[in-house]
Amino acid sequence: MSLLKVDDIHVYYGAIHAIKGVSFHVDEGEIVTLIGANGAGKSTTLNTVAGLLKPRSGLITFDGKSLNATPAARIVSQGMALCPEGRRIFQQMTVKENLEMGGYTRPPKEIPGSIEEMFTRFPRLKEREKQIAGTLSGGEQQMLAIARAMMSRPRLLMLDEPSMGLAPILVEQIFDIIKELHAAGVTILLIEQNAQAALSIADRAYVMETGNITMEGPADDLLHNDDVRKAYLGD
Amino acid sequence: MISLLSTLLNGLSLGSVYAIIALGYTMVYGIAKMLNFAHGDVIMVGAYISFVAIFYWGLPPILGFLLAMVVCTVLGIVIESLAYKPLRQATSLAVLITAIGVSYLLQNSAQLIWGANPKAFPAMFSLPDASLFGGSVTISNNTISLLNDQLKISGNMILTILACVAIMVVLTLFINKTKMGKAMRCVSEDKGAAELMGVNVNLTISLTFAIGSALAAVAGVLLCASYPSLQPTTGAMPGIKAFTAAVFGGIGSIPGAMIGGILLGIIEKLGQTYVSDQLGDAFAFAVLIIVLLVKPTGLMGKKVHEKV
Repeated sequence: MSLLKVDDIHVYYGAIHAIKGVSFHVDEGEIVTLIGANGAGKSTTLNTVAGLLKPRSGLITFDGKSLNATPAARIVSQGMALCPEGRRIFQQMTVKENLEMGGYTRPPKEIPGSIEEMFTRFPRLKEREKQIAGTLSGGEQQMLAIARAMMSRPRLLMLDEPSMGLAPILVEQIFDIIKELHAAGVTILLIEQNAQAALSIADRAYVMETGNITMEGPADDLLHNDDVRKAYLGD
Repeated sequence: MISLLSTLLNGLSLGSVYAIIALGYTMVYGIAKMLNFAHGDVIMVGAYISFVAIFYWGLPPILGFLLAMVVCTVLGIVIESLAYKPLRQATSLAVLITAIGVSYLLQNSAQLIWGANPKAFPAMFSLPDASLFGGSVTISNNTISLLNDQLKISGNMILTILACVAIMVVLTLFINKTKMGKAMRCVSEDKGAAELMGVNVNLTISLTFAIGSALAAVAGVLLCASYPSLQPTTGAMPGIKAFTAAVFGGIGSIPGAMIGGILLGIIEKLGQTYVSDQLGDAFAFAVLIIVLLVKPTGLMGKKVHEKV
């Protein structure tokens, strides 16, 4: 059974029909990526899965339970975390406080241990533990955003454009981190404009265009598909 | 010299009241991104409740005080859920106008219930008469006299300043150390991201109104203890002044509200003593204009830059 199943969802921003019947699924242990141009509806899809937006019709199920009526704040504790586009860390709080907030739904006594785990995985964050998050570099902020999402111990981690605005060397680091988290047993749903990088680490991929999924398949196949290469890989 | 000291103490005491009210303005602004112009009238309700409880029902002052806090807390939550919550997605102008409407509703309801005539708010408590340090410090009529009777400090002044300090310490600890306080800071920065962490945003906003309104009740009682005339418009002027203080300190900033409130009180009293007794209010608002011209973000206000 799929861990996450999205079935024919339609999402509107006011009168604008942003998502027009999108269906996809993510199985336990996979890395799945949604690729597509700016404005294709990738972020809207992820925000809907995370509960920030509600679909007008269609069904979202996680681990067999419907999430349609669940508010965003209650979805985290079901085992799903979204690391949002633009990172959206709490700029005026310290690195440590950001991590604490990531574990908001968990019992307080488990938090210090989890923060130590994150510091082991992200030594740069340990160095900056007491620093105000807004003063971190872009790469460090992205690491903090991922670590913060991981603090809720998600079974499914959704990442929205984690490489956005980062230097190539940092992009590589971020993708290494994603691979590590995956190796540690986290299922991953990834949105990327950097289709090359996303397809090379993903198991399966979906291509989105103007609110629809237009292509899907094993990531390797899409990586070598001529249409995909022309449209998204700059060939 | 002694007159200056006495003016500063008076200013500190008045400023403490402004600071307590400004905290309510600034917290609500920080979290709900709205100016709750009905905040000043919650002060007035708090003052009436304690007045009624103490002088009609004969409750001990401390109970009247606590009752005022409870009633105002509930009132704050009710106002938020009835008047402001339905406007969460509306333009800020709609919310502002609603807040002004709530303000008039409270004033007129108070007039209906308690009448328009000012009520004399008698002393809440009194210091025991005493003569200390060989007569160099004497206490009589709830007033401490120092330096050969030249410097007089009223018991209310001391109570007000102490209450303000206690509130600042407790609130700072709450905001920085508790889970709920941190959640409030998150909501104030980014509601969506806070929701993704599992924070119940609506509950957090209600809590903010509850805290702000409880503080308004405290301010109402302290204000009327020092300036003992209570009428339905009692809260309006201190409310606007505290709003000025919040902007002065940097709206949305808690330390800013504290510092802004105290400085505003001192500036107002200095102006009254040394320039013109009639122009105290004008000084307070001149401060607002100067701050908006020179540093629109206020003393402690922050501009947040996005980093790429």
